[in-house]
Amino acid sequence: MARLRVPVTERDHQRGSTRASVTLVEYGDYQCPFCGRAFWVLRDIEDRFRNDLRFVYRHFPLTEIHPLALIAAEAAELAGDQGRFWDMHDTLFQNQPAFQPEELAGYAGELGLDVDAFSEDLVSLRHRDGIREDFMGGVRSGVNGTPSLFINGELFDGPAEMIPLARAIETARGRWQAGVRSVAP
Amino acid sequence: MDTPQTPDTTQAPSHSPPAGKAPTAPLAVGQKAPEFELRSTPDQRVALSSLLGQPVVLVFYPADWSPVCSDQLALYNQLCDEWQKHRARLLGISVDNTWCHIAYAKDRRLRFPLLSDFEPKGEVARRYGAYDAEQGTAARALFVLDRDGTIAWSYRSPIGVNPGADGILEALEALGTRKERAHG
Repeated sequence: MARLRVPVTERDHQRGSTRASVTLVEYGDYQCPFCGRAFWVLRDIEDRFRNDLRFVYRHFPLTEIHPLALIAAEAAELAGDQGRFWDMHDTLFQNQPAFQPEELAGYAGELGLDVDAFSEDLVSLRHRDGIREDFMGGVRSGVNGTPSLFINGELFDGPAEMIPLARAIETARGRWQAGVRSVAP
Repeated sequence: MDTPQTPDTTQAPSHSPPAGKAPTAPLAVGQKAPEFELRSTPDQRVALSSLLGQPVVLVFYPADWSPVCSDQLALYNQLCDEWQKHRARLLGISVDNTWCHIAYAKDRRLRFPLLSDFEPKGEVARRYGAYDAEQGTAARALFVLDRDGTIAWSYRSPIGVNPGADGILEALEALGTRKERAHG
């Protein structure tokens, strides 16, 4: 079973409780249609597990297949610079595959970001190295395509669908709780 | 996915294959990689011996155009910088003919050669223990050869599973470390 080789740190984009019993890491590509479908499943999963779940997103743009994946990832990072990573993340998955620079600037405008700064930085791909770092960390963890999901560090082998995913998260939560109980006084 | 350092011989299919068609194990670590000369285009041939002196990665795969192969090869294409960093040559090998390879490589903009193990079909794949007799294609198998042509790492993946690149990168790094030690 492949394991996550790059631990989750403060550098990661994450939402949910930092004290959650389960950390779900997605390696995703904004232009990937399977990630687009998984997006809705993951939203439901986040709703369902709320305080028990921390969700982390890392970039795995397969630019050979998805030529707009990199600029979309850059858009998310630039929104992140203005404190709005997750809003842009959600917007991108809901607007696949409309990721031409002017379309991305449009989303930035809708989110109330500084559009001029955003558009200027978008072209220069300011976060290219960080995105590549995410990508290589994924490769080292055995990510071979998207979406790839890790639950408490272990690669989730099933389809990114509600029932199998919820089951795997419940199992991980159960294991974590059992571990916590066993070390409690 | 799991990419063990030793060849995986446990990948038995769930149904019984016809006699003599059980999956073979890939040639193991420490063995000399069999020499071959295969066509990369209708009028060009590539000999393994001509590439040695640098690490070589052999990627046997079932078929051009198939979805799993395409994802796998797209990933390796995206990692061309990494292969260059290790001064490694990566080659794809399938039983497709050269015209098919040319069309496929052009469509996917592949930046590494595809070799045609076409006639006699799959002969090189068989010699590497990387032939799937049931499918009549190369199996999905990876080999990392050191600069002298000795197998440093090998792995055969189930036919429908993209083996990713982590195993190849680890093997190339291990070779780099070994070389440094030898020269240090």
